[in-house]
Amino acid sequence: MGLLRRDLLLAARRSSDVVSVLFFFIIAASLFPLGVGADPALLRAVAPGVLWVAALLSTMLSLGRLFAADLADGTLEQMLLSPQPLVMTVAIKTLAHWLVSGVPLVFLAPVLGLQFDLAGREIAVLTVSLLLGTPVLSLIGAIGAALTLGVRGGNVLVAVLVLPLYIPVLIFGAGAVTASAAGLNAQAGLSLVGAMLALSVVFAPYAAAAALRIAME
Amino acid sequence: MLTARELRCERGDRALFTDLNFALEAGTLLHVQGANGSGKTSLLRMLCGLTTPASGQILWDGDDIRELREDYASQLTYIGHHPAVKDDLSALENVCISQLLAGQPVSREQALEALAAVGLKNQANLPSRVLSQGQRRRVALARLWLCNKPLWVLDEPYNTLDVNAVVLLQRHIETHLGRGGMAVLTTHQEPGIAAKLVRTLRLSA
Repeated sequence: MGLLRRDLLLAARRSSDVVSVLFFFIIAASLFPLGVGADPALLRAVAPGVLWVAALLSTMLSLGRLFAADLADGTLEQMLLSPQPLVMTVAIKTLAHWLVSGVPLVFLAPVLGLQFDLAGREIAVLTVSLLLGTPVLSLIGAIGAALTLGVRGGNVLVAVLVLPLYIPVLIFGAGAVTASAAGLNAQAGLSLVGAMLALSVVFAPYAAAAALRIAME
Repeated sequence: MLTARELRCERGDRALFTDLNFALEAGTLLHVQGANGSGKTSLLRMLCGLTTPASGQILWDGDDIRELREDYASQLTYIGHHPAVKDDLSALENVCISQLLAGQPVSREQALEALAAVGLKNQANLPSRVLSQGQRRRVALARLWLCNKPLWVLDEPYNTLDVNAVVLLQRHIETHLGRGGMAVLTTHQEPGIAAKLVRTLRLSA
């Protein structure tokens, strides 16, 4: 728990990093109405995809911070040498990453949804899909961040590595919103995103911890 | 007791050292000597379990450290080249957090005492960003005044420290050895510890 507090404290001391990622999300999502024109029907149709892709990209941006700073100042060595299992440490750091860069997206998305003329029900589904989906993004991202740790050009590599793995979350997360807009039941999509969350909570910290050990060799 | 058996370390396709053996008993210090690039840091990281030797074994009280893992980690304090001090946190917060990572949480008062012991009483609440290199190293070393783990692995602990701090640290290491602790350290200076407690290991590249 102390470790979670440490990560949140560090994020608070470096709030500009956090805020710039949020602004990226707002700006990226707001560029689309300007680009495709102000046809409400068209905007409603593209909204789920656009908001989800913007969420993926802004999560990507903040992945670099997850382990790189701790590697540079030697804290990561201490984490590996801690009597606390590394898997726990990784899980806590990933939770902190989600609280700092995922949760704000969940709160911002409804506001941006209004910009795309989404109806109340779709906004609700969008929010729930992001609430279930953004932790998956952080968890899968942690594996990518750990694998590319200390590699030159790691930031680009992590995008190439992680974005394909985000595809299922994108399809079912955005699909749930589209389904609800078409008057269908959104539950199938949401359940699948929930299932991905359950799977990644169990397996991703182990994979990321193993990748960290390899990176520190 | 820390034992190394036929250790071999490779960097790329070059062997840094081969067939390295030693045994370190309670109350003694191992001084690892060698030119730059002879594998001192690699050996220390190996002894901590951060890297795996190309061949050979490291035993802690007769058990392979790769099998002990977290149990071994709870016996060991490692202070490496990078002091693991966060710029954005104060000296006090840094000490509290590194103790937390080491599995031995301390109260604010205990952390303050340790900082006072290393001469940073008045800097305890300053962000580490404004501390000098030597002061940051003192923050890292404050951990040695808090933890009671038997094995200390110190990579160039005297670097960037002033003369007084070096003496202070040397006396503290002697106290630790006197309590039956063990230490492995690399330094290009004299270790400054009573000669009868020191074992020397020379790595030749």
